[in-house]
Amino acid sequence: MKLRIQNGRLIDPSQDIDAVIDLFIDNQKIVALGDAPEGFEEADVMDAAGQWILPGLVDLAVSLREPGLTQKGSIATEGRAAVSGGVTTLVCPPNTRPIVDTPAVAALIQDKADDAGMANVFPLGALTQGLEGAQLSNMVALTEAGCIALSNHRHPMVSTKVLARALEYAATHDLLVVFHPDEPSLSEGGCAHEGLMSTIHGLAGIPEEAETIALMRDLLLVEKTGVRAHFARLSCAKSVEMMADAKASGLNVTADVALHNLLLNDQILNRFDGHYHVLPPLRSEEDRLTLIEGIKSGVITAICSDHQPHEKMAKIAPFAATEPGMANVEILLPLAMQLMDEGDVDLTTLLTCLTSGPAACFGLEAGSLSVGSFADFIVFDSTARWVWTYEGRKTKGHNSPYFGDELVGRVMQTFISGQRVYQAV
Amino acid sequence: MMRSEPRALQLNEHGQLKHFLTLDGLDKTILTEILDRADSFLSMGEQSVKKVPLLRGKTVVNLFFENSTRTRTTFELAAKRLSADVINLNIETSATSKGESLLDTLKNLEAMQSDMFIVRHSDSGAAHFIAEHCTPNVAIINAGDGRHAHPTQAMLDMLTIRRHKGGFDGLKVAIVGDILHSRVARSQLQALTTLGVSEVRLVGPKTLVPSFFADMGATICHDLEVGLKEVDVIVMLRLQKERMKGALLPSESEFYRLYGLTEETLAWAKSDAIVMHPGPINRGVEISSEVADGTHSVILNQVTNGIAVRMAVMSMAMSGQVQSQNDDESVAREGK
Repeated sequence: MKLRIQNGRLIDPSQDIDAVIDLFIDNQKIVALGDAPEGFEEADVMDAAGQWILPGLVDLAVSLREPGLTQKGSIATEGRAAVSGGVTTLVCPPNTRPIVDTPAVAALIQDKADDAGMANVFPLGALTQGLEGAQLSNMVALTEAGCIALSNHRHPMVSTKVLARALEYAATHDLLVVFHPDEPSLSEGGCAHEGLMSTIHGLAGIPEEAETIALMRDLLLVEKTGVRAHFARLSCAKSVEMMADAKASGLNVTADVALHNLLLNDQILNRFDGHYHVLPPLRSEEDRLTLIEGIKSGVITAICSDHQPHEKMAKIAPFAATEPGMANVEILLPLAMQLMDEGDVDLTTLLTCLTSGPAACFGLEAGSLSVGSFADFIVFDSTARWVWTYEGRKTKGHNSPYFGDELVGRVMQTFISGQRVYQAV
Repeated sequence: MMRSEPRALQLNEHGQLKHFLTLDGLDKTILTEILDRADSFLSMGEQSVKKVPLLRGKTVVNLFFENSTRTRTTFELAAKRLSADVINLNIETSATSKGESLLDTLKNLEAMQSDMFIVRHSDSGAAHFIAEHCTPNVAIINAGDGRHAHPTQAMLDMLTIRRHKGGFDGLKVAIVGDILHSRVARSQLQALTTLGVSEVRLVGPKTLVPSFFADMGATICHDLEVGLKEVDVIVMLRLQKERMKGALLPSESEFYRLYGLTEETLAWAKSDAIVMHPGPINRGVEISSEVADGTHSVILNQVTNGIAVRMAVMSMAMSGQVQSQNDDESVAREGK
């Protein structure tokens, strides 16, 4: 099918384009920008005057909850939530039930995602069997079955020796490893950033050293083993400095941050509201501002939703007893755009961190509107004011502190491989 | 979905208490009102007929998710002296252990048309959580939530201080021991700061006295002699035995040597200093028997004052509740 999208403001940081130009699609792929290719006879024309045409978003952390946790979400529901948020490519963590530690589970997730016909789904494989941190998983087989990288999620390794060996093995086969830096003996039992707010409210703290000590150890092992490494969900100012130093010393590493860690700090704990219980925790204002600086300086090149849907009861308890995580993938872009006002992040940087930035971290062919790419793109109304409601949500999750908030900017349409998979009503 | 702060949640439109969750955000006027009212109940306790009808016809549920015989008993006695009907529920051994959620337990109790819950729970913020999820017609009194707050304990300590010292101006107060895990210390610090003492010192090793408390208006001392020098009031906190396991302390004996209150160390304080302890005390761990039973000790006065303070808080919260319910009804009438 041939399609021409005309009169939209096309913004694609990967090609340094921000102009009102037309987009031409043929047979699932982008065939031209600007002028129609020779002999192009469109079957369909869409007028996007006043709208932005953006590459589909790439989200490195969307929990689909399937298999095994379907009371929280499913590939179908969370896939729908993702595309309604403009996410056309997503990476899902290995902590399903069963865990993604066999090719069969990886294949199951991709088959179900294909059936759902929603976003392109790339599972992470478990670095160790059962995420137990003791025995290496069949990393090569997992990768062959479609796992884009390997991770032990936030589960601890039984020893640094096992970690070092896992990294050596992954390096042997040039596999990407995703780290969630966390020293469990320091974070154990904690539910909030260790600081004045957790002290006042009597909440058990997670010190920043839980992250930075693990990060330093991990960086040393990455340097030694030469493994390809990505660091997920950084939350501390010091972590940004350490990543900057590592990159400056020539280490080939990348990092992402959860959007809520850029928008919120631990002051919000004064409400005792379990919706703000996330891991890693919302940290101090200084940490938040340094993370934003990390985005601006390019130390952090990906912003993810860290979408973690939960059933209602998971959040109905006193703060520490609630399950951590927020489910915000549907409003990723309008929420992220708040950083332009609050954090003085420019539009190009912001969109890079939501498209080509995360794609580059994982070597994904996504997040770009270059000729020859699959036509994954969104139509975005940057001035629309709307309210995201609990009743109107697409996710099965009940856990977002943003229900009822007025947002500016709305994904109107989402296309994957030239097919419209979502339209706002 | 957005929750409000506990300090805002506990007051009605007239600024009166309708719950009692924390001292954070309560002003000097309201704390003084609690103390004045408790004073009047105290003199009542000395009479042969100890009851007043302020809570007649009301049902008070003692909802203890964590064991505490003494606190529960004084709440029960306070409620009975206000003529309320009292039910004691020890939840640890009942519904929640069968997997019934906290919320379901509450809904059941609400259906029994209770008027007030006295809540003790091991999670910080539990009383606030219950206040937000119960029908607005039930008054919630926090009887200790995790490490967060124990506001009635702090107020009975304030009453004890005022009765012995006449007021708060110019007082220096030392709180000694396991501040990190203490809801009592947090509430005391807020009360003392609001009531205008000149200095609150928190005394203990760095493992038990995090530096963040300095930002809450306290002076931090790691040396007992410095901490006790010229103070008017000493509060000793109970040291839980399991603190050695978490590597917070080497041993009970070393703690006692460095931070224990004995006749010798008590001498560093003012000669008329009073010694308080929220109890139950560990003799020979944080305080010597001689001091606990000595002339400076007001530990048993604290228990007596506890009943009066709890009567004051319960009666104030109930009348604030009734007031806001009446307001709601008149709004509803005008609406029609």
